Amino acid sequence: MRWIWIDKFVEFRSGQFARSVKNLSLAEEHLHDHYPGFPVMPASLIIEGMAQTGGILVGEVKNFEDKVVLAKIPKAEFYGTACAGDQLIYDVTLVDHRAEGSVVECKAYLNGTENLLADVEIVFAHLDNSRANQIFGPKNFVFTKQLLGVLNLARAQQASIESDAGKKDT
Amino acid sequence: MASHEEIFQKVQTTLVDALGVDEEQVTPGATLQGDLEAESIDFLDIVFRLERNFGITIPRGELFPENLTSDASMIENGKLTAKGLEEIRARMPYADLTEFAKNPEVDRMGDLYTVDMLVRYVSDKLAAK
Repeated sequence: MRWIWIDKFVEFRSGQFARSVKNLSLAEEHLHDHYPGFPVMPASLIIEGMAQTGGILVGEVKNFEDKVVLAKIPKAEFYGTACAGDQLIYDVTLVDHRAEGSVVECKAYLNGTENLLADVEIVFAHLDNSRANQIFGPKNFVFTKQLLGVLNLARAQQASIESDAGKKDT
Repeated sequence: MASHEEIFQKVQTTLVDALGVDEEQVTPGATLQGDLEAESIDFLDIVFRLERNFGITIPRGELFPENLTSDASMIENGKLTAKGLEEIRARMPYADLTEFAKNPEVDRMGDLYTVDMLVRYVSDKLAAK
């Protein structure tokens, strides 16, 4: 089952900030139900996209060894709607990071970075490995290949750009 | 150096932000879990916000100790033994144990976390800076 609510990372500064992009398309099944005749992206899935961006940002600090789970959303304010054909940009800043958990501040922009669509704060818990292993098993179910693939692709593309730039100079 | 009133008001705002309660509910004697319905993840959020709002550092377990009753000799028939009470006193110096000590049931330990306790803790941290 595909549960990826971001398409691409456009910026990634380890331990600090990440910017990802989500394109909305009528090819997505859920937009036909939400709502018929008015395909609007559910706010909960915008938050999920921010949480995935933030979760990867947080997890990458410790090389994805911890099980980082969304634990609390203290604030989520929305100022408009996003529909099929729109592009969402998620800016996520890592505000706090410690052994037990982390906090990120997220902003969603609509079609460019001028229109602020949403302001969300997310608290992640880092599951204690001993207890988490007892309940969930040792495999890290949070950071699946699919989810990590988004970051890996961005890194590969960045490396390719730098490599091309290097070749042009020589 | 901030006054007691200033510290209380900032702690009040911190709890309103973290727990989504009204300012009027955050009285000095209010318990975090009982009156303000805080859950375990809220404790983490409270620590984050207190650090940011007051510019202090709260080491893990200093404000909200973990594994308080892991030692079996601290509990008997659902109540803390004398040894248990001493242990709590040592690990939670900011808590007011007067009422709790009269009937130290383990289930009532959550009542030790009050708004007042947070204010005392923050005041001490600020004074030590």
